[in-house]
Amino acid sequence: MKLHEYQAKELLAQFGVPVPKGRVARTPEEAEAITIELGGSSVIKAQAHTGARGKAGGVKVAKTPEEAKAHAAAILGMQLVTHQTGPAGLPVSAVLVEELVDIEREIYLSVAIDNTPGMPVIIASAQGGMDIEEVAANSPDAIFKQHVDPACGFQPFQGRELAFAIGLDGALLGPATQLIGNLVRAFMESDGAIAEINPVVVTKDGRLLAADAKFSIDDNAEYRQAALVGQRDRSQEDDRELDAHDHGIQNYVALDGDIGCLVNGAGLAMATMDGIKFAGGEPANFLDIGTANNPEAIAAALRLIGSDPKVKAVLVNIFGGLARTDVIAEGVILAKREGMISQPTVVRLSGTNVELGNKILDEATDVDLIRADGFADGARKVVAASRGEK
Amino acid sequence: MSVLMNKDSRVLIQGFGGAGQREAKTSIAYGTQVVAGVTPGRGGQTIEGVPIYNTVVEAVEQHQANVSLIFVPAPFAADAILEAERAGVPLIICITEGIPVLDMVKVKRVMKNSKSRLIGPNCPGVISVADRSRAGIMPVDVYLEGNVGVISRSGTLVYEAVDQLSRLGIGQSGSLGVGGDPIIGTTQREALELFEADPDTAAIVLIGEIGGTAEQEAAEYIKQMKKPVVVFIGGATAPPGRRMGHAGAIISGAAGTASAKQAALRAAGATIVENPADIGSTMQAVLKQHGLA
Repeated sequence: MKLHEYQAKELLAQFGVPVPKGRVARTPEEAEAITIELGGSSVIKAQAHTGARGKAGGVKVAKTPEEAKAHAAAILGMQLVTHQTGPAGLPVSAVLVEELVDIEREIYLSVAIDNTPGMPVIIASAQGGMDIEEVAANSPDAIFKQHVDPACGFQPFQGRELAFAIGLDGALLGPATQLIGNLVRAFMESDGAIAEINPVVVTKDGRLLAADAKFSIDDNAEYRQAALVGQRDRSQEDDRELDAHDHGIQNYVALDGDIGCLVNGAGLAMATMDGIKFAGGEPANFLDIGTANNPEAIAAALRLIGSDPKVKAVLVNIFGGLARTDVIAEGVILAKREGMISQPTVVRLSGTNVELGNKILDEATDVDLIRADGFADGARKVVAASRGEK
Repeated sequence: MSVLMNKDSRVLIQGFGGAGQREAKTSIAYGTQVVAGVTPGRGGQTIEGVPIYNTVVEAVEQHQANVSLIFVPAPFAADAILEAERAGVPLIICITEGIPVLDMVKVKRVMKNSKSRLIGPNCPGVISVADRSRAGIMPVDVYLEGNVGVISRSGTLVYEAVDQLSRLGIGQSGSLGVGGDPIIGTTQREALELFEADPDTAAIVLIGEIGGTAEQEAAEYIKQMKKPVVVFIGGATAPPGRRMGHAGAIISGAAGTASAKQAALRAAGATIVENPADIGSTMQAVLKQHGLA
C-alpha cells in the first residue's frame, strides 16, 4: 500500500527526519493561507501515487499567495497523467504546500528489502533528483549500500560510511548520519516495503531536508499497521482492484486485453497470461483466487472479471493443490446460473478432487461451458471463444 | 529426491487445523510417516489418528520428528518456524502465505547460522516420489515415479509441470517448491544443488518468475552442473511495477524481467521454454538429446 508524499513526510517527521515546512491543502484558499504562513511564497505539489509529477504540470512554484491560490486551483481536480499512470491518469484531490528552499545539492537515499541476503538495504547516492535505475545503469560506482543486520539493527558507523561516501562531511556528517538512522527506524517500525527520499536536499543555509518522499507498506503487514492503513486513498487505485480487495481477493490486477482469467496460484496465473499470449490473445487481468475456498467467493471473482466491459471470454484454469476443484466447479456453476457472468467461459480443472469437479460440471447440463483438457487446450479454446469462434 | 525426504522422514505438522489435517490424511494415505501435530492448547488430543502436542520440542522428543510442515497463519508463522528451528528439526517446510517481510528478515538471519534447512514460506512443500514421502500440499495423483526433479517458485506450476511430464510418460524423482516470497529459506540455486546431488535425479525442470535476481543466481550454478536443466520463467507478459500475486513477483529494474532472466539462464547452458504449455515436451526432447530417455 502506497502513501501520498504528504503522508510519507508526516510519518518521516514523526521519526525525526527533517522535512520542509508546509502542509496539505484541499482547496485553493487553504493553499493561499498556508503560503501566507510560509512567508508569501511556496511550492504547490499535486498529491497522486506517481512520480514525474513536475513534467506533467503537477508541481508549480508560487511567488505570492495569490499565485499559490491560482496554481492550487489549476492542480486540484486535475487528472495527472504521467508515464507511470497510464492514459487515464490519477485524480488529484490534495496538494502539498511547502516552503521554497534554496538548493545547493541533491542526494538520493532509500531503504528497501534486498531479497538475497534477506535484509533491509540502505541505498545512497550523491546523484539525487534523478531516476536511480538510470544512475545504477550508467554509473554504478555512484551508488553506495549498507545492509541492516536484524541481529543488531542499524549502526551509526553505517550512516557515517554512507555520509562520507556521498560527500556529506564536515558539519553535515552528524545530521546526515542521524537522518539515515531515522529513515531506517521509520522503515522498520512501519513495515516499509520501500522508503525513498529523492532528493534529500542540502540547502544553501546548510540544512538537510527530505524534499520528496515515497513510502509504501508491506501488504502482508497491513494487519499490524492500522494507523497507516487508515490513510489509504482509494481514489488512487483501480475500482475493480478495490472491489476485488473488498471481496477478499487480494491478487487481482487489471490489464488491457480482452480475455479474463481466474486461476489458482500466482505462478500459474502468470503462466496462464503468458499462455494466452502465445495462443494469440491478450489477458484482461491477473487473478489468483488465493485461499478463497468456497463457491460464493469464486462466483464473486467471476462476476468481477465479467464486469470488465473489455472481456470477451473467460478462462478458468485450476490446478488444485490446497484449492479444491469441486469447490471451483460449484462456484463456476453458481456464477453462470445467477447470470453473474455472461461471456463464454472455458474451464480447465486438474488436481485435487478433479473427478468430483468434472462430475459437477458434467451434471450441470443447463450451464453452457467450454471444457478444456490441459493448459494448451484451455488457452487455445479461450482465444477462439474471444473471437466468436467455436 | 531422497537427499531431502525419504522413507525415514518423520513429519510433524505445526498448525493442525483444517488444512493441516486434510494434508496429513493425504500424506498418510500416500505412505508418509506423519508422526505428530502441534497446536498450542490442544496437547493430549488425537486428531485423524495423529497425536497432538502443545510444543514442537515435546513432539520431537516423543516421536523423533525430523521434518516440520507449517500451516500456522501468517501473523504467527515466523514464530512457528523459529520454534521448529530451536527444537532442532533438520528440515522445516513452511506452507503459509502472507508472512510480513520483516518477520522473514529475522527468520532468515537465524537460519543463516542454523543446522536446520528452511523451505518456503509460501510454497507447496517437498515430495520424494520413489519413497512416497510427502510434506506439502501437492496433489499426489499427478506424480509418476521417474528421474526428473522439479523446482519452482510457484506451487501450482509444480503441479502443471509434473502433469505435463506424467502425461508424456516421464516420471519424477520429486519436487521442491522454494516459495513465492521475496525472502525464502532455500533458494533456487540451493535447490539445484540438492537435485544435482540427488542420486534419483537425472534432469531438472526449474520454474522461475519475474522479479528479483534469484534466477540469475541459479544461472551461475547451472554453469557448473552436470545434469541438464529446462527452465520456464513465468510472467513474461506482466507489466512492470505491478505485483503479480507473489510478493516477490514484481518487476523493478531491468534484472527482474523475464527476458533478462532467460538470457542469463540460456548463457549458462539451460534450455529455455517460452510457452508454459511446452514444459513437458521440451524436457522430453532434452532427455532424448542426453540419452536419458
